[in-house]
Amino acid sequence: MILKNRNLISIADFSKDEYHHILKLAEGFENQPVSDIAKGKVVATLFFEPSTRTRLSFESAAARMGAALIGFSDASNSSTAKGESLADTIRTVSCYADIIVMRHPLEGAARLASDVATVPIINAGDGANQHPTQCMLDLYSILKTQGTLDNLNIALVGDLKYGRTVHSLVEAMCNYNTTFHLVSPLSLKLPSVVKMHIKEHQLVYHQYTDLLEAIEKADILYMTRVQRERFLDIQDYEKVKNAYILEKSMLKNSKPNLKVLHPLPRVNEISTDVDNTPQAYYFQQAQNGVYVRQALIAAILGLK
Amino acid sequence: MMKKELVVSAIKNGTVIDHIPADKLFQVAKTLNLMNESSQVLLANNLDSQKIGKKGIIKCQDIYLQQSEINKIALVAPSATLISIRDYSVVEKINVGIPDYIEGTVKCFNPKCITNNENVLPKYNVIDKADLKLQCCYCQKITKKDTLTFL
Repeated sequence: MILKNRNLISIADFSKDEYHHILKLAEGFENQPVSDIAKGKVVATLFFEPSTRTRLSFESAAARMGAALIGFSDASNSSTAKGESLADTIRTVSCYADIIVMRHPLEGAARLASDVATVPIINAGDGANQHPTQCMLDLYSILKTQGTLDNLNIALVGDLKYGRTVHSLVEAMCNYNTTFHLVSPLSLKLPSVVKMHIKEHQLVYHQYTDLLEAIEKADILYMTRVQRERFLDIQDYEKVKNAYILEKSMLKNSKPNLKVLHPLPRVNEISTDVDNTPQAYYFQQAQNGVYVRQALIAAILGLK
Repeated sequence: MMKKELVVSAIKNGTVIDHIPADKLFQVAKTLNLMNESSQVLLANNLDSQKIGKKGIIKCQDIYLQQSEINKIALVAPSATLISIRDYSVVEKINVGIPDYIEGTVKCFNPKCITNNENVLPKYNVIDKADLKLQCCYCQKITKKDTLTFL
């Protein structure tokens, strides 16, 4: 398995075997999170768009392995504010770091960065396009809670149109004979290009507007936030922002193995009374993000 | 044998674009910006064609097309044939067709695509030739016939 010096821009950049390799490495980091295997390495985190979880979990992952960190958490603190092109920023940071983790509001930014960088790029989210490391930690969370990735019923709820984590997760789970249950307002349905991907794998998806109907069938209930920053028109956002809110009472007819996942941050789409139920898994899911990101940094840097 | 009469005069040097579907003739002319050419340009439309029914033809005196212009013709009128003429003789004849991969030529329809915001040439994989669908290699969004804009 050679992942050394590879870019991770889209979940499709890695094969199914490579997912499994990362998940196995992540399990090792969960058992022993602190080491100095990355001592002497420099990890750059370039966040052109705000983020809490993704940036901090990458920085935590790097720090737990002894790597040094450089970067910025806001484009206004970088030369981008002076009008520097993305390509030039990436070429320059390539001279300072062994690996670049980047988030950018424009779609395709990470792919462009990988065209010009001389070190590997990990995409930590590019607009509404891809968020492959979130997908890897979602896979890890599904595997840990269900004991398998195969033959599961996954309900995806909320913003299926702009939610990049949803697109990546669907793409990855198409490798595991998944049945998809898609719950969204009509204006936020899963894009046809993603549905086409499901069809190409000869898998089944069902579309609902009623959340309860999907909960009863699901092994995994993947909730998402309707993201205001993805809407060009604020009135369109106001119409759908409260479309699906999960409450504790709605879980009473769920399967015993059901787990609720959410990429976070949540606004109001999961009521706080769900937090203490056995089904709630979203905070452990965030914790898993550190182990998976340790695994990715270690594999891509070729660390032993 | 009866000699076939030319509907449009022959050109000495230049390019003939033949087998353009009749409803695409003016779009091809516009795409190639022929209205601003100073050379002689001859257009004829609604000519009978065994290959496509009714066709248009464009003859451009002293103009030879660049690959980027050929790519544009391929996207607007994939049935077209390009004929290069030198001294009244055909020196090359190609069927344009739609390629599997396109670099430049087309603007990505997604305003949030990096190619519309940074100085970078868009690249596409052609995922459907019959119904023309181009998938952007950067943002992954699909540009279709009705959202096609040339660079």
